[in-house]
Amino acid sequence: MLALTLRDVRRGYAGGGATLVVAFFLLVTILFPFAIGPDAVVLARVGGGVIWAAALLAALLPVERLVAPDLESGVLDQLRVRGVSLALVAAAKIVAHWIAFAPPLMLATVIAAGLLDLSGATLARVEIGLAIGTPGLAALAVTTGALVAGLRSGSAVAGLVMLPLAVPLLIFGAGGLDPVGGAGAFKLLGAVSLVLVAGAPFVAGAAMRAGMD
Amino acid sequence: MSLAFRGVACDRGARRLFEGVSFALAAGEAAVVAGPNGVGKSSLIRIAAGLLSPAEGEVAVTGRIALLAEAAALDAERTVCEALRFWAGLDGADAAAVTRALNDVGLAALAGVPVRMLSTGQRRRVAMARVVASGTPIWLLDEPGNGLDAASLARLEALIARHRGAGGIVLAATHLPLAMPDARIISLSGEGAA
Repeated sequence: MLALTLRDVRRGYAGGGATLVVAFFLLVTILFPFAIGPDAVVLARVGGGVIWAAALLAALLPVERLVAPDLESGVLDQLRVRGVSLALVAAAKIVAHWIAFAPPLMLATVIAAGLLDLSGATLARVEIGLAIGTPGLAALAVTTGALVAGLRSGSAVAGLVMLPLAVPLLIFGAGGLDPVGGAGAFKLLGAVSLVLVAGAPFVAGAAMRAGMD
Repeated sequence: MSLAFRGVACDRGARRLFEGVSFALAAGEAAVVAGPNGVGKSSLIRIAAGLLSPAEGEVAVTGRIALLAEAAALDAERTVCEALRFWAGLDGADAAAVTRALNDVGLAALAGVPVRMLSTGQRRRVAMARVVASGTPIWLLDEPGNGLDAASLARLEALIARHRGAGGIVLAATHLPLAMPDARIISLSGEGAA
């Protein structure tokens, strides 16, 4: 499990994957001031939500590289011959994907907050939300990656599969920005994230097995 | 340790590839799966490996399995040695076993070269080195001779003979002539092939 996780973390960072996600995330957040106009008050009000939406889109980017290469190159076959359960493989991939994608994203959020003129308090709430929500997002990404691994137009389908399922994370993540009722939203965000992390290895494992026949 | 098929049939899609395949291999024995392209040689190997479930019949395996499949399953950006050590770690083999296996396939000089720089035949030999290093008793080899030059083929035959001498079982699917003394021939007829 540790060896698998280390391998995937290395692949996540080695392929320039983390840089790509961060660059894409910042680019999306930069687009909003252009679209809405440089009104600092408006930007500060919508900024937290913008960061959440951008994080969601950025999380979609590496989905196709999470499982499909291992299916094609026979790595999953070799693991199964060795009696490693695919649910365990999926769990390792979720942990590795979170390590490769969440910390860079949370660092980039600090920069994005500066671009959108967010207050320190809002930034703190966004970061707390991301810390709670990104494990769920990583679980969702690996599951989607496993589901679309055998498909030809995988990346297009991946967006259609993943984004609707990520809506609860977005709702409660953005809900957590509210200084009054935020705590309740964080609890619900945590619940959604936990459900995703708990269920994803089994769904992703079954999807990988289906893809191997 | 043993490997036995009893009345195994294989379906791919709606098509029956083969049926009624029965054989049993005990320690030191080997079998060659022969037949034309598309007759189900690779599927038979995958069934033996437990990656496909047979449509009929049953497969009994006792002992650990090493599989040489068409896909190399080696990380392209890592060196030969690192890629093999990853799998050796999962197999419970040590670094010395990897070095010995690389010697056995004649690739000791390329241990520090990234996998993506290798030729098809070399990649095949590295995958074979993983089988050797695993130290497992049952070898399932899918077209082990593909892409190999004459010297490498001779080395492969010697490795198979050594493995059987040490009490190992070998099941190989091949359309190339591969010298395996007293190996059973499992001939898949072309009936199921379209």
